[in-house]
Amino acid sequence: MADAKHGPGMTRRALLKVGLAAGGGLALGVWLSADAETRPAASAATEVEPNAWIRLLADGRIELMLARSEMGQGVMTALPMLIAEELEVGLDQVEVVAAPVAPAYENALLGEQATGQSTSVRDGWLKLREAGAVARTLLIQAAASVWQVQVSECRAHRGSVHHSDGIRRLSYGALVEVAAGLEPDTRVALKSPESWQLIGTSPQRLDVPAKVLGRADFGLDIRLPGLRFATIYRCPVLGAWVQGWRDAAALEVPGVRDVFAVHSGIAVLADSTWAALEGREKLEVSCRPSGNRRLETPRIEARLQIGLKGRSAVARKHGNVSRALAKAAQEIEAVYQVGFQPHVCMEPMTCTAEVRADACVLHVPTQAQEAARALACQITGLEPERVRVHTTFVGGGYGRRLEQDFVADAVELSQAARCPVQLIWTREDDFRHDDFRPMTLHRLRGGVDDQGRVRAWFHRVVGPSVLARVAPERIRDGIDDAMVEGAADIPYAIPAARVEYRRADTPAPIGLWRGGGYTHNSFAVECFLDELAGLAGQDPIAMRRQLLAESPRQLKLLDHVEGRFAWGEEPPAGRARGLALVSAFGSHIAQVAEVSIQDASVRVHRVQCAVDCGSVVHPEIVRSQILSGIAFGLTAALKGEITFTDGQVDQLGFDTYPLLRFDEMPEVAVDILPSVAEPGGVSGLAVPGIGPAVANAVRVLTGQPIRALPIRLPPS
Amino acid sequence: MISLNLNGEPRELDLDPEMPLLWVLRDHFGLTGTKYGCGRSECGACTIHLDGEPVRACATTLAEAQGRSITTIEGLSPDGRHPLQLAWVLEQVPQCGYCQPGQIMMAAALLNKHPRPTDAQIDEAMSGVLCRCGTYEQIRRAILRAANPEVRNG
Ligand code: FES
Ligand code: FES
Repeated sequence: MADAKHGPGMTRRALLKVGLAAGGGLALGVWLSADAETRPAASAATEVEPNAWIRLLADGRIELMLARSEMGQGVMTALPMLIAEELEVGLDQVEVVAAPVAPAYENALLGEQATGQSTSVRDGWLKLREAGAVARTLLIQAAASVWQVQVSECRAHRGSVHHSDGIRRLSYGALVEVAAGLEPDTRVALKSPESWQLIGTSPQRLDVPAKVLGRADFGLDIRLPGLRFATIYRCPVLGAWVQGWRDAAALEVPGVRDVFAVHSGIAVLADSTWAALEGREKLEVSCRPSGNRRLETPRIEARLQIGLKGRSAVARKHGNVSRALAKAAQEIEAVYQVGFQPHVCMEPMTCTAEVRADACVLHVPTQAQEAARALACQITGLEPERVRVHTTFVGGGYGRRLEQDFVADAVELSQAARCPVQLIWTREDDFRHDDFRPMTLHRLRGGVDDQGRVRAWFHRVVGPSVLARVAPERIRDGIDDAMVEGAADIPYAIPAARVEYRRADTPAPIGLWRGGGYTHNSFAVECFLDELAGLAGQDPIAMRRQLLAESPRQLKLLDHVEGRFAWGEEPPAGRARGLALVSAFGSHIAQVAEVSIQDASVRVHRVQCAVDCGSVVHPEIVRSQILSGIAFGLTAALKGEITFTDGQVDQLGFDTYPLLRFDEMPEVAVDILPSVAEPGGVSGLAVPGIGPAVANAVRVLTGQPIRALPIRLPPS
Repeated sequence: MISLNLNGEPRELDLDPEMPLLWVLRDHFGLTGTKYGCGRSECGACTIHLDGEPVRACATTLAEAQGRSITTIEGLSPDGRHPLQLAWVLEQVPQCGYCQPGQIMMAAALLNKHPRPTDAQIDEAMSGVLCRCGTYEQIRRAILRAANPEVRNG
């Protein structure tokens, strides 16, 4: 193992605590933060455990903390790999333990302990490796002191420290006591990439065995002594509340224990899920008329259309766009529309809560542990240390489980029922009470000169503000970053460009969604670029190239598309290819979709992806996240959207909101380009580009621009 | 009283005969491997075998199981080493994993019927089980691997 100084190492302030853990053994806690000293320090050494990344036990067990939610994106494997790499242990030697809520586990990119927006590896990349390196260095020091030799004569390998004589060897477990008495060295060096054993390889995922046996416990699989099941009737019209109810028939359903009002509606508590659902069917509920009862999609569209003109906030501006447009040889203007999209996690929203007088335990598939705890504290009045959040496997997150509505329900239910309660949202509830990816309109204007170069670019994004509810403090000068990402930060260098945001709130509930604002903005940007290329008689790649002279990473992807994906070659008869290029979450992707039209519907045969996501921890996880993003994005691009009629969501099941099916999955090739850059995010990476790649191919086939998602074919 | 065979064991039950097997399995027997995804026969997450045939547990009542044999993901193989489960691990199929028991049970029923399924047969069988995470390509590879052990090479 080369200990060459590499990367920034421990340049930040480090706060280290080493001590004996409650269950015996060494707990090593590492805090690395620019403001480490301003944080409340862990008090006694014995209280180190909750902040530790690594627990080495005297019996040889090695536990690594997982502070992010495993929802399919592979963090349960990829994050422990970062620690294990530097700790010099194999993944087969460790046990991964879900972390409690504690300051040390904050996601620095999100400002709270949460999982989302493709941040987990980026957030953990340095701090988890540093935690492993500090522990490894400490253990080597311990062995050297036991043997009375120089540290340089010792090396760590697979959970033991070896002496260079090839004979002496001590396991980490045997070194725990000695190590606990040493002062840890914070000036450790990280391994150089050439000596990585784990990073960049694809070991089997740690969550897979339980998942193929049916033994992985998701939120709905939690079973506790005395557990009751509950479901809640909520008024179907947005913003409507219960006025009155009759429960006599519900209470007659065998197994129903109680019916009572909670904040969000009328709860039915029962011995089984079935009884709770049956009981709910029998409830007679009347709802107060809501101001939204006439809300319907055309009204929302009309509201957004008003925003296409008039005042706005400026998200990005350079050069003089009006002047550049006036001088352009040709110009076009287009309006794009992107619809509401639901999350549709296969596991509907759920939470199991056990509230007692002095404590509360949540078993919850959540993306936001800290917020879940805070809410439980608020409802119960308990102190934070009295509330435990146990994160289960998450049956799909996609941003939906950053919300706390289902947690609030469960805490309230358990408090009222005085027993552990598992709350189930039905699929209908899940559709009806989702926080959707908002609808947006986009007005773009662009001008090209007589050599076909783009000289002017105008993009106005019109839509409701997502951050206004979830993070209002992040709105600056009227700009909601979550609404303009993918529009204000495009990599294309255009001499005169102006990107605007016009906030147009509507009563439809909205939230964060896999791929974020990139999912609507990249559609408008990448389709409009192809329209400009068509106007100038240019190839889409050539058009993009001239705008990316200063962007080597994106250019490499285009090279790959032209070379390896043979962009210039004719596709098979009846098919066309479309391209989209997206830079998001610190990563870059070029996607080529090969598409045909069969029986008046779009069929995607093949998708080729060139990916630059910086340093890659686990290439197979990256690959499967790209496939996953394509499936997710194709559902939104081809299959459906959420609409409203009479104040209610129209789609309540897979009959009206169909997901991409097995036989509709295209053949996908993923080429990950080598890179030594910092890692970028990948969970949301493939979602934004697939829609415009397909739309651009459809435009070639039909000769008509596609200006709305989901794609509707023009009448032929 | 309803008698049935569950994962190889005879069982007698005194429950509402109209209760869907999904909830009998999950809430009464604690066999939580069978998943709720929609409760209305649209997603396949609850797929189990009834006398070897794939059925949707959310749409099959306890009464319909009278005198018949039920197999769930927990009983698919005594040691969890059904060829499909092994293939699922080798191909690293699951992502969030929630739909996977239903996928595996559907694939197992397919292989019972067609030990060497064609692509069209795989499409037909598997298109009724939805996966929001989009693991379809990996599922196809795992089925082909399990069905063609001789071409396995690592
Ligand atoms: S839960 Fe049975 S088909 Fe969806
Ligand atoms: S693996 Fe998540 S739904 Fe299929």
